[in-house]
Amino acid sequence: MSDRNYSILIVGVGGQGVLLASELISAVAMEDGYDVKKSEVHGMSQRGGVVSSHVRIGKKVYSPTIEYGQADVVLAFEQAEGLRAIDWLKKDGVAIVSRTQLVPAIVTASKQFSYPDDPVGMMKARTDRVIAAEADKIAGELGNPRLVNTILLGALSHYLPFDEAQWLQAIKALVKPKFVDVNLTAFARGRELKLDAATV
Amino acid sequence: MKELMSGNEAVARGALEAGVRMAVGYPGTPSTEILETVAARYPTVYCQWSPNEKVAFEVGIGASIGGGRTLVTMKHVGLNVAADPFMTFAYTGVNAGLVFISADDPAMHSSQNEQDNRFFARFAQVPFLTPSDSAECRSMLLDGYELSEKFDTPVMLHMTTRISHSKGIVETQEPSEGPDLKFVKDPSKYVMIPSHARERHLVVEDRLARLKELAETSPLNVVENNGSRIGIITGGVSYQYSKEVAPDFDYFKIGLGYPLPMKKIADFVSKHDRVIVVEELEPFWEDMIKAEGIKVEGKKYLGVQGEFSPRRVAMALSEAGVLEREVPEASSVDLFPRPPVLCPGCPHRGAFMALRKLKVAVTGDIGCYTLGVLQPLNALDTCICMGASIGNAIGMEKVKGSERGTVAVIGDSTFFHSGITGLVDAVYNQSNVTVVILDNRATAMTGGQQHPSTGKTLMGHDAGVIDIETLCRALGIKNFRRLDAYDYDAALETIKEEIDKPGPSVILTTRPCVLMPKRIMEEPYVVDLDLCNGCSACFRISCPAIAAAEQTNKHGHPLAVIDETLCTGCTLCSQICPEEAIVLKSQFVKA
Ligand SMILES: Cc1ncc(C[n+]2csc(CCOP(=O)(O)OP(=O)(O)O)c2C)c(N)n1
Repeated sequence: MSDRNYSILIVGVGGQGVLLASELISAVAMEDGYDVKKSEVHGMSQRGGVVSSHVRIGKKVYSPTIEYGQADVVLAFEQAEGLRAIDWLKKDGVAIVSRTQLVPAIVTASKQFSYPDDPVGMMKARTDRVIAAEADKIAGELGNPRLVNTILLGALSHYLPFDEAQWLQAIKALVKPKFVDVNLTAFARGRELKLDAATV
Repeated sequence: MKELMSGNEAVARGALEAGVRMAVGYPGTPSTEILETVAARYPTVYCQWSPNEKVAFEVGIGASIGGGRTLVTMKHVGLNVAADPFMTFAYTGVNAGLVFISADDPAMHSSQNEQDNRFFARFAQVPFLTPSDSAECRSMLLDGYELSEKFDTPVMLHMTTRISHSKGIVETQEPSEGPDLKFVKDPSKYVMIPSHARERHLVVEDRLARLKELAETSPLNVVENNGSRIGIITGGVSYQYSKEVAPDFDYFKIGLGYPLPMKKIADFVSKHDRVIVVEELEPFWEDMIKAEGIKVEGKKYLGVQGEFSPRRVAMALSEAGVLEREVPEASSVDLFPRPPVLCPGCPHRGAFMALRKLKVAVTGDIGCYTLGVLQPLNALDTCICMGASIGNAIGMEKVKGSERGTVAVIGDSTFFHSGITGLVDAVYNQSNVTVVILDNRATAMTGGQQHPSTGKTLMGHDAGVIDIETLCRALGIKNFRRLDAYDYDAALETIKEEIDKPGPSVILTTRPCVLMPKRIMEEPYVVDLDLCNGCSACFRISCPAIAAAEQTNKHGHPLAVIDETLCTGCTLCSQICPEEAIVLKSQFVKA
């Protein structure tokens, strides 16, 4: 068992499967004998607001939330949300972000707010460790837009101390039987993703 | 067995293990999943939603006096509603144990205030326990029943959003039967006429003195010695944050949050150079400890607003000069907000579009429809607490606060919770208000729970059904109308007509929630970009399915597109589009 703790911050928008992703990570870690805590705030998650989930893994975990600036991984299902969360990342952490773009009505309807032109570029200006994936396109190819979360979990799997087999087992255990195969494919596609070349 | 459970799930599990025979409450974030878990996983435990927290508490008191262990759940503001039975139940005490949950919401993730309910326990002179993780939610619930029965008192389990909604590993045990008790007549204990209550008040004082003694030796309060000169007094989730950032200090971890073991605390403080009290919200423990003449610090570094985090505790301890730790600056990323919004197809939307247009004063209430206050709908003028809309409207109308009329909007679950008495007032005092009951047949805000007109109980059985129209007419409402709020013109007209009539009116909207109990998806609409002129009228109805297209009009304003996977086909946008550019997908034929 690894001696260090791992902190993963998952962010997205209501309905993107943030909570399912954090359940899956927790299941893998618990199965492997780690202490696990995770935290998210429900309530408004179905109403299109920001959803975030903190997952913490280690021999002994105290806080259910990550200390600001200490996340090993920021896993973002939407690019502006990735940017919003980027400063939670610690210095040598890695940001994994889907290039998915969801513009809220408040931006569409008002002159006061705008959606940034290139959130991923702005993330890269802050850290040179970014995996930016066309996860929504890949999910589309696989025939189900809801697979974005599993694809990103594939990319995440390289940064946590578990074998591929442990992940696959958790997917089989947690995903509805008829979606297992396509999720396994999505996970495999995610595992192929690599760090983008550093911009600096 | 080991399971990953949220605090709420762990409380539900504890209820099973304690042999609880009555689990009752009213939904409210962050407490809602406790009873939902009981219903879904432990069907041998009887559970029910009551129409509000006061009734839930009274049902709980009856069950306790009747001899069954009882769990009552609510969010923090729910205890305001239940305060009347609670304060006097503190006098009578229990027969079988009663533990109630007060789930506080520091930072107001989904609440209208962040009151600190630990004061309620002290106010009523009853003990409270304060778990710091899911495992303790389970174990302290069991401890609570022991305490409740041994000391003849209701016990509060003090939870917060982070405790309720964080998950941790819980070691479960076998369910038990609980004590086998029956109701025993005892008017001097249960009938609080003044002569009895005077006696019971003495009992309460004596009980508190005995609880103070117990606190000194209770294993619920734990001292952790690490040989440090710095001591931390803390409890709840603040304990976890503190341990995260300062694991080497000495700790006084409070589990029994009231009454406090002052001798033990004085002893702990005397052995340290500096002692900091780390508690969310009010200086509840800090002030009580200081009142004993014991020297501690706390709030001057930590503040009283919002919720804590490892960062906030680290900053406070650094500022106090006891911890050296680099704390990163807050993010400078400046982005648009992403507030929650009414869903595509939400039946509340049409009512708010009409109210915005009519420029009337709109007293609001609490539910999904409170989101109607946000831009671009901007259609609510007040929101205080559940049920307040009708009383607020009556008051505003009586002083002629609004020239164009006063409308109260209230959800169906909220109407049953505490709107009915407001309507009684409107009839009794012949108020000239219009009450729009947004009946989506669900308690949608908190996840779609059943309520008195949905026809099902929490346990999934058929239920008695209260018909809102019959009820309103029986109360003496003569102007009663039904409204399909997907029909914008009808909404405008109906509301306007009812405002103009003297005396109270009720308008009942009829469309169900699009998410619950089943997802409603009709044929989607599309935008004909050849007709759309970028006027942005459809953007202003705040529908998440409508987005800006890449194409723009000659002023550079974007045209509209509809996300077909989100559109439920409610038709509202097509009704207000001045160019008739929004059409049913099947009728849209491109040349
Ligand atoms: C005293 C109190 N109890 C519970 C809550 C939590 N709560 C907020 S809104 C709501 C119910 C809303 O249901 P309804 O009135 O039917 O409106 P909807 O959300 O369905 O539009 C509840 C239970 C609260 N804010 N205050």
